Amino acid sequence: MGLGLLSNTAVLLGKELRAEFRSRELLTTTVIFILMVMVLFSFTFDPSSSESRRFGGGLLWLAFLFAASLMLQPCFLREQTNDTLSALRLSVSDPFAILLAKLAANTLFLLVTELLMLPVFAVLYNVPVFPVFGQLLLVFFLGSLGVSVAGTALSAISAQARMRELLLPLLLLPLLTPVLVASTQVTAGLLDVQPFVQWKGVGFLAVFDLVFLTALWLFGEYLLEE
Amino acid sequence: MKKQAAYAAFVVLLLAAAAYAAFFIAPTDARQGVVYRIIFLHVPCAETGLLSFFVCFVGNVAYVLKRDAKWDWLGVSAAEVGLAFTTACLVTGPIWAKPVWGIWWTWDARLTSTAVLWLLYVAYLLLRSLIEEPERRALLSALFGIFAFIDVPLVFGSIRWWRTQHPQPVIMGGPGSGLDPTMKAVLFFCWAPMLALMVLLMQSRYRLEAMRGDLDIVRREMETA
Repeated sequence: MGLGLLSNTAVLLGKELRAEFRSRELLTTTVIFILMVMVLFSFTFDPSSSESRRFGGGLLWLAFLFAASLMLQPCFLREQTNDTLSALRLSVSDPFAILLAKLAANTLFLLVTELLMLPVFAVLYNVPVFPVFGQLLLVFFLGSLGVSVAGTALSAISAQARMRELLLPLLLLPLLTPVLVASTQVTAGLLDVQPFVQWKGVGFLAVFDLVFLTALWLFGEYLLEE
Repeated sequence: MKKQAAYAAFVVLLLAAAAYAAFFIAPTDARQGVVYRIIFLHVPCAETGLLSFFVCFVGNVAYVLKRDAKWDWLGVSAAEVGLAFTTACLVTGPIWAKPVWGIWWTWDARLTSTAVLWLLYVAYLLLRSLIEEPERRALLSALFGIFAFIDVPLVFGSIRWWRTQHPQPVIMGGPGSGLDPTMKAVLFFCWAPMLALMVLLMQSRYRLEAMRGDLDIVRREMETA
């Protein structure tokens, strides 16, 4: 435990990142998906600057959540189709390292796509985001971490069921209600004409992350049983 | 079997007594009139539903730790029964809300978190239906059930903090809220048949699941033989 877990996680994280950056399939498709949602969303309300400030937070997070429920699909499926999960389990002393590496990679992928899409959102909806970039980054990080922790666990579950592509969003989206509510509120505050940080929401997101990280730490090894 | 039939008869009697108390003993509400009487069904259903989900959670944790199929049977029975009670709660709520609030539905903390809870356990049952192998189904659905139950207070907290613009709950709502003592007594009395019904339903469902498990073992033996 301890140092061994960290070094194992680091190695596995390196593997996840290498696998993704060789093909860049996941990032590309997720970015395009979010872009599509953003464009389509503009038809559902009057996309003036003031309206966008009100709806922008929700728009962004709904797009991120849907994108994540697609992006997290291959997370364990890839191991399953290549039959590499048992090899992974044998190679580490603590199976939690596998989950930790995957959720770190997923958080990173989500965060990268979100940061790529943020300027696009700012341009399309005429909402300035750069004055509050630091605070947005904090919300994006805490929100994406929550999505990834819950999503990594559930993608390990759904990968072993039938109709898994359809199943993951159905399991994940209701579970992420608290993340959606809190991060939408905080983001909406930051997109306001007079931006403010809702620390209550930031704290809430941190609590969500912590609760699910603990649950994953306690029950994670059972997720990887064969 | 005989014992179960006797118990079922007892539950029916209790339900009848509760209906009598709800309609004839509890006084009519001064402001809401007769409509309010639906709370004698609505509130016990909500509480019984929550209790069933807690039983499901206990079954889930116990299964993960002990790996005894019995805990899985308890989990699925409790989830289904809880879903039935929660559905009754979600249906009776709007019937009351329309005449009293003037709207069928409002996105306040209790309503919304109950709806999300309902969705979570629908997902739980859906997940079970999509995994064939019994042990795998038991383990994975138990893990999902654990995550779902942990999520419930977070859902409630987030919605209560950010989405609530509704009147304070009448029971345990704070100063100024409260029920007439007779109403309160009837309400507590009405909870008894719901709990009894919950036990009856869970028991029967559990027996059914146990039989299914046995049947599955026989079927597999036949296939391998």
